Amino acid sequence: MADFVLYALLAGISIALVAGPLGCFVVWRRMSYFGDTLAHSSLLGVALAILLNLQMQVAIIGSCLAFAALLLLLEKKQALATDTLLGIIAHSTLAFGLLVLSISDRVQVNLNAFLFGDLLTVTQADLLWIVSCCLLCGFVLMLFWKKFLAITVHRELAMIEGLAADRLYALLVFLIAILIAVAMKIVGVLLITSLLIIPAAAARRLSSTPEQMAMGSAIAGCLAVVGGLGLSYYWDTPAGPSIVATAFVSFIVVYLKPEAGSR
Amino acid sequence: MDRDLLIKARGIGVNFEGRQILSHIDLEILQGQLVTLIGPNGAGKTTLVRVVLGLLAPHEGELQRAQGLKIGYMPQKLFVEPTLPLTVERFLKLAGPSDLEASSLLEEVRISHLLKQQVSRLSGGEMQRVLLARALSRKPHLLVLDEPAQGVDVNGQVELYELINAIRADHHCGVLMVSHDLHLVMAGTDEVICLNQHICCHGKPEHVSTDPAYLALFGRREAETLAVYTHHHNHSHDIKGAIIGDACCDHHADKGTHNHG
Repeated sequence: MADFVLYALLAGISIALVAGPLGCFVVWRRMSYFGDTLAHSSLLGVALAILLNLQMQVAIIGSCLAFAALLLLLEKKQALATDTLLGIIAHSTLAFGLLVLSISDRVQVNLNAFLFGDLLTVTQADLLWIVSCCLLCGFVLMLFWKKFLAITVHRELAMIEGLAADRLYALLVFLIAILIAVAMKIVGVLLITSLLIIPAAAARRLSSTPEQMAMGSAIAGCLAVVGGLGLSYYWDTPAGPSIVATAFVSFIVVYLKPEAGSR
Repeated sequence: MDRDLLIKARGIGVNFEGRQILSHIDLEILQGQLVTLIGPNGAGKTTLVRVVLGLLAPHEGELQRAQGLKIGYMPQKLFVEPTLPLTVERFLKLAGPSDLEASSLLEEVRISHLLKQQVSRLSGGEMQRVLLARALSRKPHLLVLDEPAQGVDVNGQVELYELINAIRADHHCGVLMVSHDLHLVMAGTDEVICLNQHICCHGKPEHVSTDPAYLALFGRREAETLAVYTHHHNHSHDIKGAIIGDACCDHHADKGTHNHG
């Protein structure tokens, strides 16, 4: 197997392993639009990095975290309904990102790579970066799993039982932001949320505990990465969309299967 | 603070955007005491509960808690996303220590058969009992129950209140309960607080039920229903009481004059 395929595979799998469990929270907390917004805002990070000649990966993570913090702040102020707020930020950051990219003619930018991912160009350095970010996210997620679950089931109950719900929620959002920033390389700005949502939704049907769903979601994500890369390798289709399409097919297969009595 | 005192609030006031929600609230809850909070919609019952729980800092007054006070809270209702697979057992274990005996908790609220049931599939009455079990899981000194019988049919309500009384006796914990149906909770209540942004009247249930302020808030019909359940107590209804305006607060504009005792 060629190196680039191996790198792509490893990068994709490490992201899928973390995106699975993290995506469960996105589904449980109905945050898919939130994820989309963060993803769109990361394009502004790309644009700024090119404009200001910053290190790309750092700029993407930085802008994702900054927008996550901004969203948390605005959500707390409750000036607008959350979905309106997300809609404004998602699309304006995308628009500004595209604007900045179009006027900065210093570098030839492959816009498609940012919008739909460019998994097959993952370098060894990229891989190292992706794996370490995923390890960090996965570790923190495992450490706080029970607490994240408690604030998701009932925020105030968890607070009375001694959890700092606001801080835990912020931590969860930052984990999602980091994962989105890193996963951008895999499926691109426009498809990232699908990697969080589709495997989790597929796993729901087969699970009766939150942990089963998290595991199932991680496995479904890995299958999608392997399947999508295979598709891309043999039929020369773009890797990002192939992965998402494979995930969708797995979701459909699970839902066509008659409902088990175990739930 | 006294040894038996769990919560002591003095002069609590809360306002949101200039609107006074609560004012001059004095409240004491003793160990083993059942305090019932009644009042019309918008009276600030939930706000007061949130202050007691420590979820909301009052803008005026002070709230003291007994040292190391553990509170078990039963929210009005719980909605679990259908996308979140969660058994009753797992739900109970979210709160307590990891070696928590979920099955014995469920036995206490008499629903042991639901241990492996999915939370999203519970009926209203089952859910209330599961929430009660969760509130008990930390062995609290004070139980705070926000309309515990919501969504439960009448027979179920009587059983639920009996259960709450039994639990109070077993655990010897204080209970602060928000309730609409005073006539059902009467039997076990030590102290009723009738709230409408301030404390209109308070005391033993049989005393409160004849208080003009109570009658003004809840009307004569409700009070007479109440009498059916408590007529063995020595009291009589003064129907004139019902003629007093439609909200007790109007008559206590000068807050200094009436007795918060």
